[in-house]
Amino acid sequence: MMVEINPSNARQWSRIGSRGVFGQAILAIAGHYPDMMVMSADLGNSSGLDRFKKTYPNQFLNIGIAEQNMIGVAAGLAKEGYNVFATSFAPFITMRAAEQVRMNLGYMGMNVKAVAIGSGVSMAFLGNSHYGIEDVAVMRAIPGITVVSPADCAEIFKTVQAAAKFEGPMYIRLTGAVGNPPIYTEDYYFEIGKAVILLEPAEVTFISTGSMVYESIEAAKLLEQSGVKAGVINMHTIKPLDIDAVNSALQHSKVIVTVEEHSVIGGLGSAVAEYKALKRHAPPQLILGLPDRFDVTGDYRFLLDRHGLLAPKISDKTLAFLREVARQN
Amino acid sequence: MELAEIHAMTKSMRHKILEISHTCNLSAHLGGGLSMVEIMAVLYGRVLRYEPKNPRWENRDRFILSKGHGVLGYFPALLLSGIISNEVIKTFKTNGSDLIAHPVMNLDLGIESSNGSLGQGLSMGVGIALAAKKRQCDFNTYVYMGDGECNEGSVWEAVMSAAQLGLDNLTAIVDYNKLQSDGDAHQIIDFGDLAGKFKSFGWDIQEIDGHDIAQIINAFDAPRLVGCPRVLVAHTVKGKGISFMENNNEWHHNRLTKSNYDLALAELGISVEVAEL
Repeated sequence: MMVEINPSNARQWSRIGSRGVFGQAILAIAGHYPDMMVMSADLGNSSGLDRFKKTYPNQFLNIGIAEQNMIGVAAGLAKEGYNVFATSFAPFITMRAAEQVRMNLGYMGMNVKAVAIGSGVSMAFLGNSHYGIEDVAVMRAIPGITVVSPADCAEIFKTVQAAAKFEGPMYIRLTGAVGNPPIYTEDYYFEIGKAVILLEPAEVTFISTGSMVYESIEAAKLLEQSGVKAGVINMHTIKPLDIDAVNSALQHSKVIVTVEEHSVIGGLGSAVAEYKALKRHAPPQLILGLPDRFDVTGDYRFLLDRHGLLAPKISDKTLAFLREVARQN
Repeated sequence: MELAEIHAMTKSMRHKILEISHTCNLSAHLGGGLSMVEIMAVLYGRVLRYEPKNPRWENRDRFILSKGHGVLGYFPALLLSGIISNEVIKTFKTNGSDLIAHPVMNLDLGIESSNGSLGQGLSMGVGIALAAKKRQCDFNTYVYMGDGECNEGSVWEAVMSAAQLGLDNLTAIVDYNKLQSDGDAHQIIDFGDLAGKFKSFGWDIQEIDGHDIAQIINAFDAPRLVGCPRVLVAHTVKGKGISFMENNNEWHHNRLTKSNYDLALAELGISVEVAEL
């Protein structure tokens, strides 16, 4: 790790937020990857890349406000051996350019990392046009694309570093707002496709991704006060899903709760449910996420609270689900 | 290749187009394949740098068939330039084949990219040409497009970026046959002065008769404007070379029956007996 994960850095990154930290992570490694190219569809500054483009002007390309072309050009560069990170906001890179992603990253398997800055509802007052509600569902359905959603700023460093070494197409989804508290304050083992078990699977196990990992840890603490033991799995890689980690939850838990800052349709909850459907004695699952509608907008905390994605409501919903399951039994 | 050899190559290509279209016994994109023949013969017979026995050669020129449905103008060129074999081309549109109605990326067969969704090839071409510039490689990149394809907005995103990036190692060809799937291009999206549109976007334009081999050669050979991508706006005839297919959009995608196959062969001056050898 070129950047040390320690409490002081973690606090500083939290103040900078996921976008700024993404820019720092790219900046930290670019010198080691002369073939790295970072592209933006005219959102370089919003993506935390202002320092990067000044430091490495030959490795940065603003292609203009043209996401479809960006993905095609990224694929052409990748075809010739460049290691390309193409960045934009979630809906623009995953949906405006969906078919370019499908052809170039999926079908042809080009070594391009498509990075969504500010997915979920972190764009707050910019509104639903800028939110990433369905991006995981879309990317997950395209064959061949690895989908990663780091849990905090330290994990953004880990993800960017791993992505630079990774050969193949990847979708990286950044969630969380400035000030989101850190999860990791010391170094840990990170591998694409390998979930991190933060709290051992228990009566309840949260399988969570992105910004919701922190809320799940907090919810687990609240549940403990109510006498319910809860585990937390950081499923940073949504595709391919870490089946071993899911199995360990299935073995130990009365209920599984998936938590994600994404629509309840097609994201991590769906991925876990698709796997669980094969299991005869799998525990029931509560899928927590954003509702299947274009809702009102507001600031980030307001939205998470409104959609029941802050720890107290996650805990309450989990307790209610446990009662409901007990009634069914 | 000189002009006479290229001319002979066009005849062989048309023969092969008819043969594989007939043999597969399925509808195929005949019209838009036939309009490509002279340009593809000049490209593979003269312009493109490649090693037939080493299709992955790093310094090869890159060719992308952005109008992916134009495979009938493409696979015969790969065959006649020795990149793919007769055994391979015979598998056209058979189950599990590498050669279907649109290119499927396969460097060993000389196929650089997967296409079929229109309006995407030029963007990849821009990326490849940019990579060549950055690495100071001297290969060139050629992207073959359809006029109907230019309805796609993404084409113009790529057109703008190619000029902005100064890609004078990139050449696009627009097969301007003025017919698209549903009919007369002028009645669907009328480009008016298509070459002028490219020119206003900062491209070096060569407007030619896309069936006149000498004009095609001259257009490719013309000195390049430094810092400008080039486009050949090639006026062509859909179905070119087979009278009953020319400008007849029934042949955009159609099955070549035995009787029509025989008729078409006769027009090329090829007897059915020879064709069956």
